[in-house]
Amino acid sequence: MSVEVKNLTKIYGTQRAVDDISFSVKSGEIVGFLGPNGAGKSTTMKIATCYVPPTSGLVKVSGFDVEENPVEVRRHVGYLPEHNPLYLDMYVKEYLEFIGSLHNLSGSALQKRVKEMVDLVGLQREQGKKIGALSKGYRQRVGLAQALVHNPDVLILDEPTTGLDPNQIQEIRNVIKNIGREKTVIFSTHIMQEVAAICDRVVIINRGKLVADSSVADLESNTKGQRVTIAEFENPADERLLQALPQVKEVKRLEGNSYRIVSAKTDDPRSAVSKLAAEQNWILLGLRQEENSLEKVFQQLTQQK
Amino acid sequence: MFAILRKEINSFLNSLVAYIVIGVFLVVTGLYMWFFPQSNVLDFGYADLQPLFAIAPWVFLFLIPAITMRSFAEEKKAGTIELLLTRPVTDLQIILGKYFACLLLVLFALLPTLIYYVSVYYLGDPKGNIDSAGVFGSYIGLVFLAAVFTAIGIFASSISKDQIISFIVAVLLCFIVYTGFDMLASIDVWGPLSYFISYLGIQYHYETISKGLIDSRDVLYFVSVSALMIVATKLVLESRKW
Repeated sequence: MSVEVKNLTKIYGTQRAVDDISFSVKSGEIVGFLGPNGAGKSTTMKIATCYVPPTSGLVKVSGFDVEENPVEVRRHVGYLPEHNPLYLDMYVKEYLEFIGSLHNLSGSALQKRVKEMVDLVGLQREQGKKIGALSKGYRQRVGLAQALVHNPDVLILDEPTTGLDPNQIQEIRNVIKNIGREKTVIFSTHIMQEVAAICDRVVIINRGKLVADSSVADLESNTKGQRVTIAEFENPADERLLQALPQVKEVKRLEGNSYRIVSAKTDDPRSAVSKLAAEQNWILLGLRQEENSLEKVFQQLTQQK
Repeated sequence: MFAILRKEINSFLNSLVAYIVIGVFLVVTGLYMWFFPQSNVLDFGYADLQPLFAIAPWVFLFLIPAITMRSFAEEKKAGTIELLLTRPVTDLQIILGKYFACLLLVLFALLPTLIYYVSVYYLGDPKGNIDSAGVFGSYIGLVFLAAVFTAIGIFASSISKDQIISFIVAVLLCFIVYTGFDMLASIDVWGPLSYFISYLGIQYHYETISKGLIDSRDVLYFVSVSALMIVATKLVLESRKW
């Protein structure tokens, strides 16, 4: 186990920021750490990187306990904190060398590592610039590079793609995906597509409590027990006739002349609906299937009070 | 620790801080030592560096807090403290790295004043008629004083995110430690206690060392006040864990 979290609790004052969470991450896995804002994601990550200690419970990274062996844990972890703090008056290369030297790298080994990192995250043209002069996307790459410079086993990234434009998000995702082939990656986000795009597994927490820990495919199939189709007509249609179709389980009228048609996951009612519309001379304006099921799952799981 | 020290020194040199600190220190002490009518050695006629050692603590009182104020305050404000504290270095290594970087800068400012010594040495009549032991005692005293002020400045920097607050707190604390105790002791209510109160201040120890008398008790005083401030800084950094 690369990362092991057992009955972790963190209390700030009277608030339980993290409440009895347990999960583990195998080496070589990419795990998405999800939850609404304030759910306790960052707190959990700060504990795993020994920035703050847990109130109770156990966190082990690469076999080292965060409370007993913080320096060893930090040696094995690459961490990109939330908001990606950087020394804006340092040059990119200077900064990476500084972080590397904190990890006891020096001389040609350090130079080599820094060069590799610059190539890996695509900072070749920016390496001679001051960090303060870089755009947000490039700063994020610098943040990733500093987290990787000492070749850690475990990478912990706190919202690595916030504030980036779609192209940059795609690039950062690709970088994370490539890294994830060899290393354990835990990254937090509240964007569901991101999880579907790069993760093997998802851990969802809400209000400090663990609400889901499963593979992306399992999570998707949770809602896909049923299929939802939205049909829109020009004039009101007869609900009873729609209901009478063999594939349809349930029909509900939405605003205007739209109808929400629920069917089994395996049945596609669209052709039947359009045939029925033709027979009845209803003018069919639109027929679409509801998607983004992961987002639905996320909403369901995190809206429970 | 050396990685942090090097980074801090580089950031002093890359910004204007280092040049301004050294420049201001040399201009003020130079004017006081050679030019101002009340204090310059040329009019005064004695071949010693007394004016330098009288004014330097007061210049340090403002300059050192200006050097140290950003050490932790800026890191806290920018969030980069989280970067440092999640690296395989201990809190103490971070503090000492920053502390010695600031102290080194102060010593760099002090170094060119050796020219003053050489000048006075040649101006003496006969040549070389200067109390060298006294001068070097005073230099050592000044280095110790700078070490204490720097430790106070680092501590003040750790308690706030705001550099201005850090600066003001540091100046105030340095002032209290430098001369506050002495002033307090001079109030005529303490009786025999007044000696102990003035013993707590820097001035008492600075004056003995300046005479060229390096007493282990004075050295112990400077080292322990510095150490106390560094331990206090460590406690403040660790308070994130409470």
